[in-house]
Amino acid sequence: MSTDQAATRTSGPEPLGEVRSDLAHQARATWVVTRRELLRFRSDRARMASMLLQPLLFIFVMGVGLGTIVDTGGDLSFQTFLFPGVLATSVLFTAAFAGVSLVWDREFGFLREMMVAPISRASIICGKCLGGAIVATGQSLVLLALVGTVGIPYDPVLLLQLTGCLFLGSLFLTALGVLLSTRITTIQGAMPMLQLLITPMMFLSGSLFPLGGLPVWLSVVTRLNPLTYVVQPMRHLVLQHLDLSAAEQARLLPALTWAGWEVPVGVQLLTVAVITAGLVGLAARLFASTE
Amino acid sequence: MSDGVREPAIEVVGLTKSYPGGDAPVEAVRGIDLRVEAGQTYGFLGPNGAGKSTTIEMLCTIRNPTSGTARVAGFDVVRERTEVRRRIGLVFQQQTLDQQLTAEQNLRFHADLYGLPRAEADRRIGEVLEMVALADRRADTVLRFSGGMKRRLEIARGLVHAPKVLFLDEPTIGLDPQTRAAIWDYLHDLRRRTEITVFVTTHYMDEAEHCDRIGIMDHGEIVVEGTPEALKSGIGTDRIALRTDDDELAIARIRERLGVEAGVHEGQVTLAVPDGASVVPRLFTELDVHIRSVTVTRPSLDDVFLTYTGRTIRDSEGARAGAGRVMTR
Repeated sequence: MSTDQAATRTSGPEPLGEVRSDLAHQARATWVVTRRELLRFRSDRARMASMLLQPLLFIFVMGVGLGTIVDTGGDLSFQTFLFPGVLATSVLFTAAFAGVSLVWDREFGFLREMMVAPISRASIICGKCLGGAIVATGQSLVLLALVGTVGIPYDPVLLLQLTGCLFLGSLFLTALGVLLSTRITTIQGAMPMLQLLITPMMFLSGSLFPLGGLPVWLSVVTRLNPLTYVVQPMRHLVLQHLDLSAAEQARLLPALTWAGWEVPVGVQLLTVAVITAGLVGLAARLFASTE
Repeated sequence: MSDGVREPAIEVVGLTKSYPGGDAPVEAVRGIDLRVEAGQTYGFLGPNGAGKSTTIEMLCTIRNPTSGTARVAGFDVVRERTEVRRRIGLVFQQQTLDQQLTAEQNLRFHADLYGLPRAEADRRIGEVLEMVALADRRADTVLRFSGGMKRRLEIARGLVHAPKVLFLDEPTIGLDPQTRAAIWDYLHDLRRRTEITVFVTTHYMDEAEHCDRIGIMDHGEIVVEGTPEALKSGIGTDRIALRTDDDELAIARIRERLGVEAGVHEGQVTLAVPDGASVVPRLFTELDVHIRSVTVTRPSLDDVFLTYTGRTIRDSEGARAGAGRVMTR
């Protein structure tokens, strides 16, 4: 090694990366982490198949099966009523598991590759959340494509609105999974914890039954469940597009109230958005404080 | 630096790290000083639990020092963390590839994380894959790679962003001898072609011979530091073995002229001297005995390690196997 090749701060070549504003750099880093999630999903055929199968079982087996004994009391089939709930349930599992994949990244060492890169920890968290949410939403689109089979019209606006709701729900659930992963560092610990959280969330979100006429305790718990505010707007959107009498609408989709105040759909969605932002922020904070 | 003085690639002053312990804090690193010149290959050795990993993690900005300062590639590891990170490449003991992705996707991800422009990334990825002889496997999923291939890919990845300092923590652990040799070939090739500084920990003493300088750490302190040659000659004696026509006379002459007591072992005149290589010419000029052959056996780095740590490196390797370590944080 000759001296004239000496690496010094001024005479040596600068690192290849472009100098960008910090925000642009972090946004780019977030997108890089996001894209990895998408690439991983694409290469994982088994996960793709299993995640698609589960909601199909819900809608066709459970929907049809229960439909024979459950009378919705009107023209609406139970399958149609169930459909928005099944959509939400489908992202519930995929998104939460995508969030917990941070634990797998840690266990398999890859997390370290991200932790030592010249990017902020917050952008790793944001990337994981965004990536998981996109994957989960993408998976649920397959189910969404089947709306016609349960008598819901293929209305582009409706489909777009439902996709938006699904994305918001996915983001919320991925963030929840990521938040868990910042504190629970083993897969053995994370999986039961996740089940413990998401199974009650699914049953207590009104995905399987209308939220009217419930015992007080159940009605309180459902209102505390953030997923409720994803399921109810989606059911609202779907029922709006069906020819139902006002009375039937009110029966199937009783107004969601907070201490007597009828919560508008927009506020419901906003609630989920705020909670999601809180979860992402908390996860980023906890993640940054680990060495 | 603007005055043309070569700035060291790594400069550590009074670095300490302690962890909260039961009664008193556990001091993993107890105030070490270290200087690695740019372009050097520095071997960092020590028994398990000596504080090597903690030190390397502080240099790589993964952990914050309790006190002291460390500058890597000209930047402070605490205050200018991002600048340091942009300039270092890391290869960990534990595998850190995404096995679901292909070799190229792993490298691409890395290039993106480090903010390389697309064209630059394409060029660098091609170069590093070529260097570690994985160019024909670039589209294969890492899951299908052997241990040696994964390791080579990790080294390639550590180089994608053209770092000034490459940190390798036990890069050859668990690999077969051919792969180990191949990895050192890549590292030598790298040093020939670039001005990169390499900071490497290893458990294989024969590999430490590849380094320009070596530091041995024990109980959180650097116990000795220097070139492999200096360390080996520093611990004492070389052994010289001679085949002569008249062993009796040779022994007498050695006693007279060199003041050293020689003996006959296995049919050879043997003697112990501090610097064997410098004694050999004197043997030829000052012994009026015909010498048929001379061999000089130098102390090995194993001897050096044993002298300074009281253990052989293999003793500490045994301890390692039992210790389940959590690497990622």
